[in-house]
Amino acid sequence: MSAQVRVAGVEFSYPDGRAALRGVDLVVESGERVAILGPNGAGKTTLALHLNGIYQPSSGTVTIGDLQVVEANFSEIRRRVGMVFQDSNDQLFMPKVRDDVAFGPANLGVTGAELEQRVQSALAAVGGEALADRPAHHLSGGERRRAALATVLAMDPDVLVFDEPSSDLDGAGRRELVSALSSLGLTQIVITHDLPLALELCPRAVIMREGRIVADGETRAMLVDATLLAENRLELPFGFQLGGPLEG
Amino acid sequence: MGTGHSHALYVHEHSPLHQLAPEAKIVAAFGLVVAIAVTPRQAVWAFAGYAVIAAGLVAMSRVGFRFVAIRLLAVAPFVVFALFIPFIATGETVEVWGMQLSVEGLWGMWNILAKAVLGASVSIVLTATTEIPEIIRGMGVLRVPVLFTSIAMFMVRYLELIADELRRTRLAMTSRGYAPRWLSQAAPIASAAGALFVRSYERGERVHAAMLSRGFTGTMPSIDDRRATSSEWAAALSLVALAAFVAIAAAMTS
Amino acid sequence: MVRGGQDLRCGANCERIATVCIVALMILAMHAPDGFLDAGTALVTALISVAVLAFALRQAKSQLADKAIPLAGITAAFIFAAQMFNFPVAAGTTGHLIGGALAAILLGPSVGVVVVTIVVVVQALAFADGGLTALGYNVLNMAIIPAYGGYAVFRLFRTWLPKSTGGVVGATAVSAWASVVMAAIAFSIQWLFGASAPVSFDDVFVAMVGVHALIGIGEAVISSLAVGAVLASRPDLVYGAHDLDRAQLADTKVKTRTFVIGGALVALVFAAVVSQFAVDNPDGLERVAEDTGFIQSGADHAWADFMFADYATAGISNETLSLAIAGIVGTLVTLAVAGGIFLTLKESRRRDTAPV
Repeated sequence: MSAQVRVAGVEFSYPDGRAALRGVDLVVESGERVAILGPNGAGKTTLALHLNGIYQPSSGTVTIGDLQVVEANFSEIRRRVGMVFQDSNDQLFMPKVRDDVAFGPANLGVTGAELEQRVQSALAAVGGEALADRPAHHLSGGERRRAALATVLAMDPDVLVFDEPSSDLDGAGRRELVSALSSLGLTQIVITHDLPLALELCPRAVIMREGRIVADGETRAMLVDATLLAENRLELPFGFQLGGPLEG
Repeated sequence: MGTGHSHALYVHEHSPLHQLAPEAKIVAAFGLVVAIAVTPRQAVWAFAGYAVIAAGLVAMSRVGFRFVAIRLLAVAPFVVFALFIPFIATGETVEVWGMQLSVEGLWGMWNILAKAVLGASVSIVLTATTEIPEIIRGMGVLRVPVLFTSIAMFMVRYLELIADELRRTRLAMTSRGYAPRWLSQAAPIASAAGALFVRSYERGERVHAAMLSRGFTGTMPSIDDRRATSSEWAAALSLVALAAFVAIAAAMTS
Repeated sequence: MVRGGQDLRCGANCERIATVCIVALMILAMHAPDGFLDAGTALVTALISVAVLAFALRQAKSQLADKAIPLAGITAAFIFAAQMFNFPVAAGTTGHLIGGALAAILLGPSVGVVVVTIVVVVQALAFADGGLTALGYNVLNMAIIPAYGGYAVFRLFRTWLPKSTGGVVGATAVSAWASVVMAAIAFSIQWLFGASAPVSFDDVFVAMVGVHALIGIGEAVISSLAVGAVLASRPDLVYGAHDLDRAQLADTKVKTRTFVIGGALVALVFAAVVSQFAVDNPDGLERVAEDTGFIQSGADHAWADFMFADYATAGISNETLSLAIAGIVGTLVTLAVAGGIFLTLKESRRRDTAPV
């Protein structure tokens, strides 16, 4: 089951007065995959943290499916929206990976055999059964990323939000990540600097700059627009060319 | 102070002690060490008995006597202190190898040596057979407040990460020619420590956000409800009873 | 059998110097092992520690709300890691941080107590560093006294020093030094009650307090500079500076006043140490004391014999003077800890009634 993500007129400023979001409107349909691109400091992560109520807007609303993101609904919202953070070490905080994967469902009240079963299937979904009894600080970047994804999948979410998912991965790790995410039929929002990843995974992309969305459309169309990319400090990797026969 | 904590003392083996539930092991360790501590020093036979028990535990744990002996070096400074006592203590003296040593001093030395070494041996066997998260979980089963044990758990999880960051910072400083020898040159180290504190705090805030994102509402959920079986308790408590018997017998016959 | 053999005991001063050297060696390990103090002392200090810790936990919980766990845990890891790393002291020798006062100033006194206690307990249970039966006095000396006591000294100096970053840094330096000395005093007094070997209280006091008065300098320098570094980037993370506004934070001068007041403290401790030294050479001192009627010769110290370990009081030439000094410094330390506890209560009440 998936859910629609609706952000309407969201504004947000940090406690020290800095404006981070200056009116963001975005609708992501159920099952859609959208990349969020943009320069550093654009507000991408800040926006993501509004989707599960970690931040709350000073004006505007955020709705996940039929529920508005307000304190009364946090428990269900946080089940529906699974967030994978930029630094996997921040979300693997238990002694063993298995404990981390169990943490989410346990908070939802799942116990005993059912909890065990959820842990097993979440780990299987990311190909991480072997990681179950390892401590987080003994894992490689790719293994940590998979474990972090498992901790979120165990909650049976409808929407997945990724903050720079390929940042500490090698080539094989990226390949595994893409195949894992492609197979999940959930609504996915992917914040990334990795333009090839955005192209491969997300048919639609959104560009943010200075707290606003400045472009929204087909990923491929955006990535061939050199002016648009330059305006937003985005750059295709060296030697990467769109429109050639190799593009799949 | 605090040198040599670089790695926990856990040794990966498959021994009966390794399998034993942590709460039972903690109780047994405490019981044994308390018995050792209250035993009057004159009852040398009792300490011989404790030594036999300790040796038996080391053997059962399969971690090796050499391993325990090396770890025992941690109490070396106090051993040195104890060894000096007969020389600096007052009171009636006795001649040993041509030296005048205080009688009470010799007894005091023996008292500290026996208890420190035996106590440390028991601690070493406990830590060598129990992974730290399990020790913390055992503490929780023994009704240590969950706030205490969950803070401890986070500490243990992030200790290596933070120690690594500190190590890397020092390496970067050394690579830029920093080789301080005097306290007056220590300012960069303190600045590095301050910066590390800020980064650690900010990581703490991110971890908190990650916990909230997975439904955390303020109390840690119970994930592991394994408990010691009655036979495990029986084994642990009989060890405590044995040690208590020796201690009481020693107290009564001294 | 007493015979005329080589007498290695070299007289009172020599013994004292030997004790000082040995204590300096011990400080390398610092977490006392089992058997160092007698069972009664171990038990009493354990009970005190448990009671104070229960109180501190409750205070910490209310102060940190649900952020408590990851934040306290990670800062505990920071303290643990900071204790592992060494800083230069002199001619290439190095020292280590204890961190009790630093934890209290950065995190607040009760959170500081909880965090450093966890470090000490985990060191004992998971790293076999420190005896299991010594946990009572190890926690008391290395967590409770430095954090609560250090915080009281910190707040005291904050009132005397200017309200600025310089003032906070100066107060940190003095309280960090004081926290280390207070821990040493506490241990010496515990020795008075529970000595397990015939080394007199005087000797232990001079050695422990004297050596720690020097070690405390390193703690003072590192703690104050670290707090200064945090204040420069994230002043909101320094609990002890929450009362400073932006303008005051910008003022980083450390005034001469700090050094004067700090120096007075150092002089006091020096005096206490020297007087214990002098007790063994009582001629001048004793005459004065006798003249002024301070000591009664041949007094009956029955109550003292009951409470204090025979070992600790044997070999003290002037028991009354010695115990008087113990009483004074012990009272000061107790007052400091009580001050810390009182302050944490007062600050939590203010938090609870403050407009949200």
